[in-house]
Amino acid sequence: MKRLVPLVIIVFVLIVALGTTWMLMRSSRQTANENLNANTPTPGSEAPGAEPPHVRGNANAPVTLEEFADFQCPSCGAYYPELKKIESEFGDNLRVVFRERPLVPPHEHALIAAQAAEAAGLQNRFWEMHDMLYENQATWSVISDLVPVYVDYAKKIGLNPDQFMKDLNGETVAARIFQDGKRAHAYGIVSTPTFLVNGKEAKGDSWKPEGLREMIKQALREAGK
Amino acid sequence: MSAPVSPTESGPKIPWPYLIAALLSLIGLADALYLTVQDLTGQNLRCTIISGCSEVLGSVYAHLGPVPLAVLGAVAYFSVFSLAILGAFGYRFAGTLLGFLLAVMLLTTLWLLYLQAFVIRHFCQYCLLSAAVTITLTAIVWGSRFMKRRS
Repeated sequence: MKRLVPLVIIVFVLIVALGTTWMLMRSSRQTANENLNANTPTPGSEAPGAEPPHVRGNANAPVTLEEFADFQCPSCGAYYPELKKIESEFGDNLRVVFRERPLVPPHEHALIAAQAAEAAGLQNRFWEMHDMLYENQATWSVISDLVPVYVDYAKKIGLNPDQFMKDLNGETVAARIFQDGKRAHAYGIVSTPTFLVNGKEAKGDSWKPEGLREMIKQALREAGK
Repeated sequence: MSAPVSPTESGPKIPWPYLIAALLSLIGLADALYLTVQDLTGQNLRCTIISGCSEVLGSVYAHLGPVPLAVLGAVAYFSVFSLAILGAFGYRFAGTLLGFLLAVMLLTTLWLLYLQAFVIRHFCQYCLLSAAVTITLTAIVWGSRFMKRRS
């Protein structure tokens, strides 16, 4: 009988550990589903963000995927190729809006990267710089003096480097980042990347690529597509 | 008035190192399970303002292939708990296996600490807690074995 005591203790702890994990997973999924089905008013209606926003895809698409991201955030960098796949899968049914949400701290270069993207946007090359920054994230993230690196990127995507330098620390760029920040604040966004599908935040499982696809499909069904 | 008696005279010796190891491993297990849930539900992989957890847990080093390291940590801590309980109940093989398992865990912990400090350049407090638990467990188990050999 005494020999069974350690086995009983081990099995008991195993059951408690698996049970707790299952309950935590279930509660997290429930929250995500509740969020997916909730018809909550958009908290960002009074903070529309920078105008005009950076939009990729069909301007009249039934579903809008609004991304709040930080160019130095590794998770945003990891999500970047997934988002491209999602964009091509949904084609004309999806328009993607990008919002600046530089997290400083912990990302020391996030703000200058956002400024570079916005400065490129003033010469109508925002998405080219956006792609350039994500594709080279591992390279520039560890460099301390980034201005020459970004000027080099600006030249590669066909920008006027003098104008780019002028805009980098200009008021227009600062105001756009500030407006996007106000919108992020209105939604209570403190982590990146955060996605809104037609104004509803993707949380829990819905935040993952498969969940995000499902959320877009549901928004399409709601739009009668 | 009777003289105080030593524990050895009053009954069987309580295997404190194993019991402490079992309790400590439960802390490590809870920590690893929390990280597992966060990873599997996609919560902690995001970058956040408050700490470097998202940098560490969102990095390529947070997974071994498709498996989150947190899952491996949970399995390791549960194994430590099981072996410590078996050791406390007198199973001799458990002590040897526990020493070996902790040596592997310590080496893995040192490697992960190096990655956080010099490669990712961010620290995750849950990973640091796990590292502290592993280092303490190793010190207790290996320390008690060393003391036992000397006496």
